[in-house]
Amino acid sequence: MSSEAAAAPKTNGWEPKIVAFCCNWCSYGGADSAGMGRFQQPASARIIRVMCSGRIDPLHVFNAFLEGADAVLVTGCHIGDCHYVNGNDKTKIKYKFLENVVRELGLEKERLQLNWISASEGEKFANFIRDVTEQIKKIGPSPLKPEGVV
Amino acid sequence: MSDSTESKSTDINKDSGEKRVGVFVCECGVNIGGVVNTKAVAEYIGTLPGVKVTSVNKFTCSDSGQADIQNKIKEHNLNRVVVAACSPKTHEPTFRACIEQMGLNQYFLEFVNIRDHCSWIHMWEKEKATEKAKDLIRMGVERAKLLEPLQASEVPVTDKALVVGAGVAGMQAALDLADMGFQVYLVEKEPSIGGRMARFDKVFPTNDCSICILGPKMVEVARNKNIKIMSYSEVKAVDGYVGNFNVKVEHKPRYLDVTKCTGCAKCSEVCPVEVPYDFNEGFGTRKAIYVPFPQAVPLRAVLDKENCISCKACAKACQSGAINYDMQPGFTDLNVGVIIGAVGFKTYDPEPRHDFGYGLYDNVITAMEFERLLNAAGPTGGHVVRPSDCKEPIRVGFVNCVGSRDKATNIYCSGVCCMYTIKNAQLLKEKRPETDHTIMYMDIRTPFRGYEESYNRSRNLGVKFLRGRPSEVKEDPVTKNIKVRVEDTLANEIRNLEFDLLVLATGIVPHEGINQIQQLLKLSKAADGLLMEAHPKLRPVDTTIDGVFLAGVASGPKDIPYAVSQGSACASRATILLKNKKAITEGITAVVNPDVCAGCGVCLPMCPFQAIKMDETPYLNTGIKKANVVKALCKGCGTCVTACPTGALEQSHFKNEQVLAQVKNVFKFQEVVA
Repeated sequence: MSSEAAAAPKTNGWEPKIVAFCCNWCSYGGADSAGMGRFQQPASARIIRVMCSGRIDPLHVFNAFLEGADAVLVTGCHIGDCHYVNGNDKTKIKYKFLENVVRELGLEKERLQLNWISASEGEKFANFIRDVTEQIKKIGPSPLKPEGVV
Repeated sequence: MSDSTESKSTDINKDSGEKRVGVFVCECGVNIGGVVNTKAVAEYIGTLPGVKVTSVNKFTCSDSGQADIQNKIKEHNLNRVVVAACSPKTHEPTFRACIEQMGLNQYFLEFVNIRDHCSWIHMWEKEKATEKAKDLIRMGVERAKLLEPLQASEVPVTDKALVVGAGVAGMQAALDLADMGFQVYLVEKEPSIGGRMARFDKVFPTNDCSICILGPKMVEVARNKNIKIMSYSEVKAVDGYVGNFNVKVEHKPRYLDVTKCTGCAKCSEVCPVEVPYDFNEGFGTRKAIYVPFPQAVPLRAVLDKENCISCKACAKACQSGAINYDMQPGFTDLNVGVIIGAVGFKTYDPEPRHDFGYGLYDNVITAMEFERLLNAAGPTGGHVVRPSDCKEPIRVGFVNCVGSRDKATNIYCSGVCCMYTIKNAQLLKEKRPETDHTIMYMDIRTPFRGYEESYNRSRNLGVKFLRGRPSEVKEDPVTKNIKVRVEDTLANEIRNLEFDLLVLATGIVPHEGINQIQQLLKLSKAADGLLMEAHPKLRPVDTTIDGVFLAGVASGPKDIPYAVSQGSACASRATILLKNKKAITEGITAVVNPDVCAGCGVCLPMCPFQAIKMDETPYLNTGIKKANVVKALCKGCGTCVTACPTGALEQSHFKNEQVLAQVKNVFKFQEVVA
């Protein structure tokens, strides 16, 4: 475990705010497993639980950006493992659309990311949050972030 | 403003008027309290609009913690409760029940995870963790205000059970359920029930003959009138939900009529084809038509069509005329209330990586192969011989942790290898005292009753234990002996040893079929690739799917008593549903607002459960047939909601406004710093 790496972020205070949508069965469980395994990660992500990644609506994603998210994460079960048969297949299709719109909005591609994380992949979850946080720290706050919002 | 509607226990609508939120922050001992400044969090949350009371408890889930919630509901007339603690995956039901006792709708609970998602992962960033906890709870409070009452529904349970896998765990589950009077279907993919245990020679720590204790149990299963064995069969499709699973089972063709076959094995005698005998781990041969093993249940032959040369000698030899070369697979549709998965495992295969020379040198074998050689019914009649020259070995080396506790293969401990290696060495030593045994181990793990005693017995018998892992294994090209270089880490010296036979203690790994069963039953897999239980401590045989239970090694390495206990545990858990004949299902479903629905039908193909139907008749006087969600079929994933172009579909408990309340409250305006 690279917990030392996680303890590193002593940068001048700014911590990105990342909205992470997690499905109840896999990625939310993955975040729980990260906790159980004490996989340290930057305190940047705020998890919002939905039952299935298929429930993650473009409306939710765009609102997150408009409210001030520096990045939005769409996560769910691995393809083939969806608790609801194939909700994540539909997420994948929607995600393509989302990606395009986000690019149209002039946001960097790092700001919207998709990842399949199973309930046992705690370390993967932690690494994902750490990686995204580092990427976002490099590119700075979202240009859409309203003034005064943290 | 008034909660005065006197509609007794289920006055789910303690909902009228003002939202009065109580927030209960748990310290979880020091798990949360040691990192997050809970006092500061509670103080801040107390300033949020609608929050009438906040409370910090050492353990909110304890009796006193729950009493605190109940008292405060009463004192402050709360109608929404936010618990900020561990994971809803484990504790949501506890607190739902707690507030329900106070007459609140159970869906008025919002659970915020500030342990697994906060204090545990930001252990050295206390301030940031505290700020994050504030954010998370603020999100929860705003969502809580928008929560709506829902009614969990009751579904009838068919009082029949399906057990998948007839190893010792599955058999135990089937027997217990059958003895309680329930009809059980026991599906086994092999031609005989019995599982892996049927192949062991003797079992630790008592060294009982494995098949001698398992055989009677297999017969007991076959005789039990409540158990229907479906051997040589596989589950192909599972549909439905708790209480009402529709299962399709495929019966692979045995190419003979099981009602006529007597298991006399005359057919095998005349069959000219010989193939490696899988039951003996590939040692020796069997015929293309064969009885799996002498104690097989059902005791019926099976024709292996892949290797059959269609000479029809067996058909002539069979006196009962059972052979049927044109047999097709058969299918049975079952309706059951519960499913128990006892799908077993396989042992790690060292061949692809040639671990310790396996697959390169004849005299390196696996423990399962050793087990079959030891067995009196095995290929050598119980004489352990080395494969290169069939001589009985004198110097036998054992390597532990092959495919276990190794970053290159599997990091977990398989739990049973220490003990079976100890047992194997003992057994050979007892048979042939002149043999010399060296067990090369990393740690010896003997946790349960009689295990340490068995280890001591081995030592007393003269089995040598060497702490170290072979760094080099080579074959002597002339003698075919195995030369091992190993560091004795206790004596701190390099040893060069020569063995006549080297036995690898291969660990437990998932078999190929596990993915299929995982997908059919919609289960999760754990990091070891085996199936995942609902809670590692408190719900070890439940799964996240209501009505589906797991027994045996399918959910992690186990020894036999543990697997048997789990079989019984599954039966007991399943009985709760089977006996009550009803199950409570989640109230979370999709809901259509017919006033908004345009009847476009986009949602229909979104649903993998066919839970959305178009109405037969137009809605009111609109002339439009609207979509309609069949609640019993809806699993509440919400995928259709996202597809609805008009916003007519909503997912209860995850309505857009509820999710957006969380999204918005991730953020706040920065307070002016003086």
